[in-house]
Amino acid sequence: MSTKGKVVGIVANLVTIEVDGPVGQNEICYIDLKNVKLMAEVIKITGNIASVQVFESTRGLYVGCDVEFTGRMLEVTLGPGMLSRNYDGLQNDLDKLTGVFLQRGEYSFPLNEEKKWHFTPSAKAGDQVKAADWLGEVTEGWIPHKIMVPFSYKGVGTLKSVVAEGDYTISDTIAVVVNENGEEQELTMTMRWPVKVEVQGFTEKPRPFKVLETGVRTIDTLNPITEGGTGFIPGPFGCGKTVLQHAISKNAEADLIIVVACGERANEVVEIFTEFPELEDPRSGRKLMERTIIICNTSNMPVAAREASVYTGMTIAEYYRMMGLKVLLLADSTSRWAQALREMSNRMEELPGPDAFPMDLSAIVANYYSRSGFVYLNNGETGSITFVGTVSPAGGNLKEPVTESTKKAARCFYALEQNRADSKRYPAIDPIDSYSKYLEYDEVIEYFDDKVEKGWVDKILLLKDMLLRGKETRDQINILGDDGVPIEYHIIFNKAEVIDFCILQQDAFDKVDASTSLTRQQYMVNLILGICNSSYDFDNFEEVNTYFKKVINLIKQMNYQEFQCDGFNTMEQDLHALLKERQLAEFGESERVLDEKRED
Amino acid sequence: MKTKAFQKVYTKIENITKATCTIKAEGVTNEEMAYVDNRPAQVVKINRENVTLQIFPGTQGIATNAEVVFAGKPPTLKVSEELRGRFFNAYGEPIDGGASVEGEEREIGGPSANPVRRKQPSELIATGIAGIDLNNTLVTGQKIPFFADPDQPFNQVMADVALRAKADIIVLGGMGMSNDDYLYYKAVFDNAGALDRIISFINTTEDAPVERLLVPDMCLTAAEYFAQEKQMKVLVLLTDMTLFADALSIVSNRMDQIPSKDSMPGSLYSDLAKIYEKAVQFPEGGSITIIAVTTLSGGDITHAIPDNTGYITEGQLYLRRDTDISKVIIDPFRSLSRLKQLVIGKKTREDHPQLMNTCVRLYADAANAKTKLENGFDLTDYDKRCLDYAKEYSKELLAIDINIDVDKMLNTGWEILGKYFSQDEVGIKKEIMDTYWKGE
Repeated sequence: MSTKGKVVGIVANLVTIEVDGPVGQNEICYIDLKNVKLMAEVIKITGNIASVQVFESTRGLYVGCDVEFTGRMLEVTLGPGMLSRNYDGLQNDLDKLTGVFLQRGEYSFPLNEEKKWHFTPSAKAGDQVKAADWLGEVTEGWIPHKIMVPFSYKGVGTLKSVVAEGDYTISDTIAVVVNENGEEQELTMTMRWPVKVEVQGFTEKPRPFKVLETGVRTIDTLNPITEGGTGFIPGPFGCGKTVLQHAISKNAEADLIIVVACGERANEVVEIFTEFPELEDPRSGRKLMERTIIICNTSNMPVAAREASVYTGMTIAEYYRMMGLKVLLLADSTSRWAQALREMSNRMEELPGPDAFPMDLSAIVANYYSRSGFVYLNNGETGSITFVGTVSPAGGNLKEPVTESTKKAARCFYALEQNRADSKRYPAIDPIDSYSKYLEYDEVIEYFDDKVEKGWVDKILLLKDMLLRGKETRDQINILGDDGVPIEYHIIFNKAEVIDFCILQQDAFDKVDASTSLTRQQYMVNLILGICNSSYDFDNFEEVNTYFKKVINLIKQMNYQEFQCDGFNTMEQDLHALLKERQLAEFGESERVLDEKRED
Repeated sequence: MKTKAFQKVYTKIENITKATCTIKAEGVTNEEMAYVDNRPAQVVKINRENVTLQIFPGTQGIATNAEVVFAGKPPTLKVSEELRGRFFNAYGEPIDGGASVEGEEREIGGPSANPVRRKQPSELIATGIAGIDLNNTLVTGQKIPFFADPDQPFNQVMADVALRAKADIIVLGGMGMSNDDYLYYKAVFDNAGALDRIISFINTTEDAPVERLLVPDMCLTAAEYFAQEKQMKVLVLLTDMTLFADALSIVSNRMDQIPSKDSMPGSLYSDLAKIYEKAVQFPEGGSITIIAVTTLSGGDITHAIPDNTGYITEGQLYLRRDTDISKVIIDPFRSLSRLKQLVIGKKTREDHPQLMNTCVRLYADAANAKTKLENGFDLTDYDKRCLDYAKEYSKELLAIDINIDVDKMLNTGWEILGKYFSQDEVGIKKEIMDTYWKGE
């Protein structure tokens, strides 16, 4: 007998309910408004009064509406058929909802109930199994979708039977498991899991060590992110956060991309809907949409569902990670999620923390980021969730609570800078302030030594130093004037400009330049380090500027060419001829510095 | 509002504040309209039998025995072809002396469009102003505000844009609009012979501030009718959204809510998003485009209102006075149209994106040169050329009094580049340079 209740108070989407039985925190209930069921989540309980946040508009609600409690927390349904789907924050399949406008109280089942999947068992009767163990697989799109023992299964069970290879729907029984007490349970291809609880059932979560290629040079070269790593992109509006996230989602070498559009613009999501089915994944040659799941809770959709959307995305990511896949989870923007928390905290009249955000914001953010990571599964396979969130700091000021809380939790920091965006230096990631903690990991350094070349990370640090020196000399030139500094200053500044224009800046809308392979990045870094480490002969500073503008222009033209195609090779020769005109020594500093380091 | 026979009249108000009153009543629904002493009001809070009403015109002179009547429905607007050419107040009542509009009664502030049922905007809105068409191209279904100080001529630019945009319907939402500006718009539209395409919902400075809260929803309900049912291109002008947000903060303050940044309610982002996200391109052809004005105080965009707006809208436009050419220009640095990528180089000539970016980048170099000059340093030859370039670029392309088509803008851009720079200095992709370069 489930608990029932009646509405006694309403303020915006916070509704108070008098209940007749036990209720749980975060339990889901449905409010009956003239036969329209409005979904809501319990967020506070005082005596027999439960406060719930309604995931829909509360217009027209009145005192006395009947409420039915479900006894469950907010859950998602996990099973084959989620790929390529567009869900809202509560995992309703948006394509199944009819009508141009979203009517409240309209819910749809996230999976296809009729479709038959070809199931190939890998476990057999008599096998001992526990939660998350693989029973077999179906092919979903191009992903081998493992069918697993439900994550909620307790203890160790014995398989009594497993169906033979064949076609089954998601609700057909595919195995029967008997637990230690002899109780039988029928398993299907689907399971449910509460979104706010982390999926366990893996053996180990080591420090991430493999680098995840994104094709974006300023990330891969300068501040790489790892498989299972976390990063965040804060930046004022208009700096290209979303373009950058889209670029990552298009080119990253992940098996599966989950995009959570959390409180952002609907037209941006429409862009994904329109482009991804057309664009090809550069690695598999398949359409991008085939490896993408979109969780879409745009800014005009109800606030409470916005909070749920990030968890829905994470839980689906965890589900696929348990199949041994590389998942990339992107959330745009986590600030909107934090604002949703603030709105509710405000309506509950909780004492506010900084900027009226709830006091436990930091803890909530840290807890969420910690759900990503690289894991070893029970069967020795590996899986990962790499998480990149954007943050939209109020007024572009990074000293606000959401940015600060996130900074504590995420390992990579990609700061977008207004000045760079203003002068169209895209992507506008500030090379000086941004960092990747993974460059300090011994595991990552070794990985690069092995995969790219020995001493790679040292080269990267050298590049960073040169950028910093470039910035310092620019400041000096601005203070003292072009004539007031030695010519050498202009050379240092221009070398940094070469790095900036040729490596950091990248045209996300150009076919070739949009994505750069790690091999090509290695070539570029070596080429440009060669230029930056040489000394040059100039009579005056105007010559310096003119000369380096030419160099930059040539390399930029190379960036627009396919790697090592004829056009590219001709330009490369032109470049070397141009360098010969002024270069004094071919090899300079970098070799020397690196040699010294090795000797140390 | 006449009392109907079956309606229960309440006459015992328990509690009155500056903007709200509380009475004991039964069977009241959330967000329902009511009339307190004939003043329009709306239910904002229900706690058992205690119902809190927000009285739009304010509570001055309301007595505890004032008559309270509930309308049994949220605020509505009657929509039909009859709306065209009419002027209304914030409640949708005519203020032009004409008869009430008959038509289908719709709740305002209705549900949002399903994202998968939207179409990607792809139709360019040509305004003739190069600072917009060339650098910050507008697209149907877009939402974009002008961030402007009160002394800037944003009303003129908005009126120009509205008239040149070839919209089927223009909905003007005036919030806290001065009577002079209201008359200005009326005269401009009248002179252009466009009055039958215009629908206006006006809350002037003479009206109560809280009434403004209804204006955007009224405008958008009318806009949705024409865009969705009649498949028309609708342009919605909202001015001034800062005054709308101020009204929100007044209400939240009266409701004892904890203010967040700049005394604004914590829900400011969602409140603004609900309005702006009504901008949409429907697959059947109709569209709603929103151009708004957010006035700034001393150009401060870190204030909560412009800041939240910037995160919702698809770009923003800034006006700036360029003292070198003595004209108002569209600031190329801070202005941005996020949807321009959908049309530039696709609906316009292929060289559009690269030319535009290069022009702006060189304009930034000119700004650096200017700083040098101001600090008393010698300028290089390149700096000097940049400064000359900037002047011409500003005069020929950025000024708001320009009215030419996009191809002309592109040609002008190439001409100016060719005049001042060498091929190396512009750094544009070779294939494009080969076709369009006009210099040596």
